Amino acid sequence: MTAKKVLLAGLALSTLGSVAQAADEVNIYSYRQEFLIKPLLEAFTEETGIKANVIFSKSGLLERLEHEGANSPADVILTSDIGPLHDAVERDLVATIDSDVIDANVPAHYRSKEDKWVGLTARSRIIYASKDRVEPGEIKRYEDLADPKWEGRICTRSGKHSYNLSLIGSIIEHDGAEQAEQWLTAVKKNLAQRPQGNDRSQVKAVMEGQCDLALGNTYYYGKMLTNEQEPEQIAWAKSVNLVFPNQDDRGAHMSISGAALAKHAPHPEAAIKLIEFLTSEKAQQMYAEVNYEFPVRPGIEWSSLLKEHMGEFKADEVNLGDVVKHRAEASRLVDKVGFDN
Amino acid sequence: MTEITATAAAPLIDTRKPRRFMPGWYTVAWGSALLVMLPVLAVFWLALFPSENIWPHLVDTILPVYIQTTLLLLAGVGSLSVMIGVGTAWLVTMCNFPGRRLFEWALLLPFAMPAYLIAYLYTDLLEYAGPVQGFLRELFGWQTARDYWFPQIRSLGGAISMLTLVLYPYVYLLSRASFLEQSMSIRDASRIFGCTPLQSFYRVSLPIARPAIAVGLSLVSMETLNDFGTVDYFAVKSLSAGIYDAWLNMGNLGAAAQIATLMMVFVIMLISLERIARSRQKQFTASDRFRSIDRYSLSPLRSWLATLACALPVLLGFLVPFLVLGSYALPRLNQFTEADFLAHASHSFTLSALAALLTVAVAVILAYSKRLYPTFKSLAMASRLSSLGYALPGAVLAIGVIIPLATFDNSIDAFMREHFGFGTGLLLSGTPFAIVFAYCVRFLAVSSGSVEASLGKVTPSMDMASRSLGLNPLQTLRRVHLPLIRGGLLTALLVVFVDAMKELPATLILRPFNYDTLATYVYQYASDEMLETSALAALLIVLVGIVPVILLSRTITSTRKGS
Repeated sequence: MTAKKVLLAGLALSTLGSVAQAADEVNIYSYRQEFLIKPLLEAFTEETGIKANVIFSKSGLLERLEHEGANSPADVILTSDIGPLHDAVERDLVATIDSDVIDANVPAHYRSKEDKWVGLTARSRIIYASKDRVEPGEIKRYEDLADPKWEGRICTRSGKHSYNLSLIGSIIEHDGAEQAEQWLTAVKKNLAQRPQGNDRSQVKAVMEGQCDLALGNTYYYGKMLTNEQEPEQIAWAKSVNLVFPNQDDRGAHMSISGAALAKHAPHPEAAIKLIEFLTSEKAQQMYAEVNYEFPVRPGIEWSSLLKEHMGEFKADEVNLGDVVKHRAEASRLVDKVGFDN
Repeated sequence: MTEITATAAAPLIDTRKPRRFMPGWYTVAWGSALLVMLPVLAVFWLALFPSENIWPHLVDTILPVYIQTTLLLLAGVGSLSVMIGVGTAWLVTMCNFPGRRLFEWALLLPFAMPAYLIAYLYTDLLEYAGPVQGFLRELFGWQTARDYWFPQIRSLGGAISMLTLVLYPYVYLLSRASFLEQSMSIRDASRIFGCTPLQSFYRVSLPIARPAIAVGLSLVSMETLNDFGTVDYFAVKSLSAGIYDAWLNMGNLGAAAQIATLMMVFVIMLISLERIARSRQKQFTASDRFRSIDRYSLSPLRSWLATLACALPVLLGFLVPFLVLGSYALPRLNQFTEADFLAHASHSFTLSALAALLTVAVAVILAYSKRLYPTFKSLAMASRLSSLGYALPGAVLAIGVIIPLATFDNSIDAFMREHFGFGTGLLLSGTPFAIVFAYCVRFLAVSSGSVEASLGKVTPSMDMASRSLGLNPLQTLRRVHLPLIRGGLLTALLVVFVDAMKELPATLILRPFNYDTLATYVYQYASDEMLETSALAALLIVLVGIVPVILLSRTITSTRKGS
């Protein structure tokens, strides 16, 4: 190759690289499926004229951000749970989100104590109980799942899934590590089958009589109840009662999807604008409608489905940073108890 | 053209002495070996910096489970793949039975089916609420799961079945090629000495095909080790599940890299064992490939059994999942008109084609330089090390790709800023190049097997003749070797192409903004439990894969001129 060709190739490459850095853009590394956030991003572009570019992956984006360093094109990190937000803070990949708008929109327990991340939607991890085989009021607390009366009657997905690790983390935070281990051991004994599948398949298993209680996130209820693609899921949803645990004490365990600002964001203003938009009334309403999650912002009307089936419930208001810090410990506990074996 | 064939009678000239040292070639070879080795080295490097020592915990709790599960998975998938692959390859090559010509290529079809897809589809079919168990309950009047026994699809057995169904074609492909090359006279001789056809298979055909089967088996094993999609979906605790757990749940990428390193050590041991076992064998090929194969005629019962044996893998590994997918896709044919959809398809096609070309080019460079410099063992080591990328889970390999590319980009950027006052930003990271590079590293193992095997069959006297007629090594490669091994090259190209079409985890992590391939598009929905929505894209991955698969079969069949 001649020197001229090398130069040309280099130029061509660098223009390729700089496409994503034009003005009036915001670049998103998303742990959340693109099709779930697309309507929101379109509304954002319409309102502000800022174009949103997305890469979606369920792993590896933080590592990409870390090694790209100061040249990284990423502005905003969107996540489907709190895990990656926590990791991003630990590895010093995020900047402080300095916005009064966001502080006013989102209650403190859904924000990091140091303004390093913001919750955008909330969901609760609840107990789905068989309508036929479990009396209303028969189970009231997460701690009750350890009761021997449920032996062979509980279904759940893998203990290593981030949703279960988050729940175990909250038990560690509230009841202490020792209690949590006893609890998990006892729950393991009560399982009807080896943990497997996803949250929806646990509800299905309840309908099919394999078990009587299942752990699951709230939004799956909405997704099943409105599933036109697979109408049989409507029957699964109709076979269970929703039990929001610990209503007489700390409240039901909550988790969030959220956002963080990349440390070297090339478009920090647009990034803040985006996060502010995502906490705005309009976006919060849309977010709740599209995925049957709860808005984090108080005073937003829930989707009619949520209102009809969930009603008011007491949510655990512990700061989620205090729950997620137990994640590695929770993961080791799952190994120790042999929960998934 | 006239084909020139290697024969046992070829003059045995000592090729061990390099004739003339050619720094150009040597540099190119080492350069490419080093480049493809970088991601694997990056993973080794990561393994040096765990955030905490995870091993005491692992050893006390879950490591025995990981290791036992992984060994069972490897043993199960490996032995079943060899049984199915070798058995059917021998049947379609050596016997006459109804449907033989059809099965010659149809047995390769499951290769076009991504493992994660087949796992999703069979779970839909076979789980408690699926149509199969529903039908059985209706038929026998069972009420609940407690009334009867049915195998759990989400289990180690399920994972072994799924992986076997899509991986056995590697063994089939390679052992069929080897059977086709075998001399009829050897077989006839064994028959004259009183072997039954079956004995002749065990005592003659199988040992001769062993190197090819070993290559197939090592590809199957590495693919089994790197699988995460299937084992995760079935909640099977293999080592790759352990890697993800350490990385994502314990936030300890270094520990994850350590487990990955352990896995690669595993692979090196497997391969070396096979090499040692085989080193005592010496093979010479007689030169009557041109005599057509006279196939055994089977009794009616046996020939139908043979048909059944060949039909089952095709039915289970391809037809059933294909039809289920088709039934999902049918109501969504209008997606074809969406512009996005065509863009995804063209991304998939372009990336896979580029990856196939690049990977085979690197494989040729490495294989040919090993031929030019047989005394430089380090080169052989480098090329073997680089093919280890295949054993890594795709997401880990992606991190291994990110590190050297980002380091390169940032160093150039810093240099330019310092000396010329402007930065160049990220030149390679986040571009399609990164994806193609990852594919190349990942699938080099797949292509180099095929390339090395066919290059090895070209007698060294060809090099001598060509060089003494005044051609330099490059000209020799272009005008002598490449035309001779074009069958092997085509095989390598097609296999890499199909594999790249299916690749998912590395593509997800490395891609540019707003950039989807068919596989990432399917995953977006499948990961949210909505596979049906993207069934058309999934179907297209399979359909695009079928074309090269059929071409592949034709290439292999045509290796035997007399047929």
